[in-house]
Amino acid sequence: MSVPEELYYTAEHEWVAISDATARVGITDFAQRALGDVVYVTAPAQGTRVTAGEPCGEVESTKSVSDIYCPADGEVTEINPEIDDDPGLVNSDPYGAGWLFKIKLDGGDQLPPGLLSPAEYTALTAEQQ
Amino acid sequence: MPDPQSPAPRRTPLDAVHHDLGATMTDFAGWLMPLRYGSETAEHKAVRTAAGLFDLSHMGELVVTGDGAPAALDYALVGQASAIAPGRARYTMICAPDGGVIDDLIVYRLADTDYLVVANASNAATVAAALAERVAGRGAAVADRTADYALIAIQGPRSAGILARVTSTDLDQVRYYASYPATVAGSGALLARTGYTGEDGFEVFADPRDAVRVWQALTEAGAGDGLVPAGLAARDSLRLEAGMPLYGNELGRDVTPFDAGLGRVVKLDKPGDFVGRAALAERASADPQRELVGLIGQTRRVLRHGYQVLWDGEPCGVVTSGVPSPTLGRPIAMAYLTPKAAAQARSAGNGQGRLAVDVRGSAEPAALVPLPFYRRPAGN
Repeated sequence: MSVPEELYYTAEHEWVAISDATARVGITDFAQRALGDVVYVTAPAQGTRVTAGEPCGEVESTKSVSDIYCPADGEVTEINPEIDDDPGLVNSDPYGAGWLFKIKLDGGDQLPPGLLSPAEYTALTAEQQ
Repeated sequence: MPDPQSPAPRRTPLDAVHHDLGATMTDFAGWLMPLRYGSETAEHKAVRTAAGLFDLSHMGELVVTGDGAPAALDYALVGQASAIAPGRARYTMICAPDGGVIDDLIVYRLADTDYLVVANASNAATVAAALAERVAGRGAAVADRTADYALIAIQGPRSAGILARVTSTDLDQVRYYASYPATVAGSGALLARTGYTGEDGFEVFADPRDAVRVWQALTEAGAGDGLVPAGLAARDSLRLEAGMPLYGNELGRDVTPFDAGLGRVVKLDKPGDFVGRAALAERASADPQRELVGLIGQTRRVLRHGYQVLWDGEPCGVVTSGVPSPTLGRPIAMAYLTPKAAAQARSAGNGQGRLAVDVRGSAEPAALVPLPFYRRPAGN
């Protein structure tokens, strides 16, 4: 299972890449493996105000549906235009082409509170396996 | 998360093989089973176009023997076991006195007074107990032999060609719903042309000690033909496309065979009494209370078990099973509707524009379609 060193994580299995006061968000390799083939993603619409820890979308796989929890406070500035046509990108490239949406962070360049380091997230998933 | 109250799940004789293949395992009816090995959609498509290999060792194998076995099973089941020719098999059910389905079964008549009853894993103990009670005093005995059988299925249009490489049995002579004692990969086994995928295919009942060898031999024999291991997720989407019911979804104690559109398995014309006869005879001539139908979702939202079906916004039924269909590329579902809603939908453009499924608060339009969703092409 892959847990890239340059990302932050949530306990609900989202990953976050932060640069220029913007967070790019997706679901982790652990999450996509647990879900199985992703068939549909509901991401928050562009312009939506989102709150850390609140559900803000859904990932549907063949066998289940899971909430996406927002990792930080802010405003959605972009959703991945490729995901609607090819939700399987979440499985094939969860940290790359399978990203879901971007948030302009309320906290600017400050690291949003409550995120997990790669080591913390790895420990969390080891418990859940 | 494992439930601390439940005992550790049973493992099949192929557990180490699944581990080596990197399978995602799941607790199913008290067994640790492969859910998928990689992409369940790819496994599904492989079974439709080439072949898939399944571990079904969790299924219950109950052996009924004795001079009285044919008549005793006629009493215990809704089908006529005494009319099955030795070497053939039938799909049937065991019902409660009120007509509710205890389980759906495949009954193989191995010899004149020797039957193999294959039950769902979740019901095996219940069926064994009900059979033992029903055949008592009728010259037959029931033994739960689940632990003595590994069950490996090979399913798909290329399954006969692959299997032929590891058995000397002439597969052209093994008809659909027939079984033969055979040698598979050097091991004695019972070979049956049965399955739960809508494709041609075979099921191999083998000694658990031979299971790994049979699995590996089939894997090697199919390597050039696109054979892949397939898990329970693909099995579920395959059976649903083929319109086959699943116990716990379409079938249950509160459902009669007639509700599920399977009244044909109830042999009311067989001689003698059988458990459930009076209730089922009444049910056969009464107006149906509900109807099992097929639905195709008009959006990409998946229609899932337990979701309400709506007619003009009002509840008219419930989804029993649903998946995104890999073959159709659309969400498919089976659902119980009120007979009125089903009839209205048929007479009004299959319900388009009026029929919907409540997907977590959003009414997603659906159309009613005849079952099954998929039939294999002629010649496969």
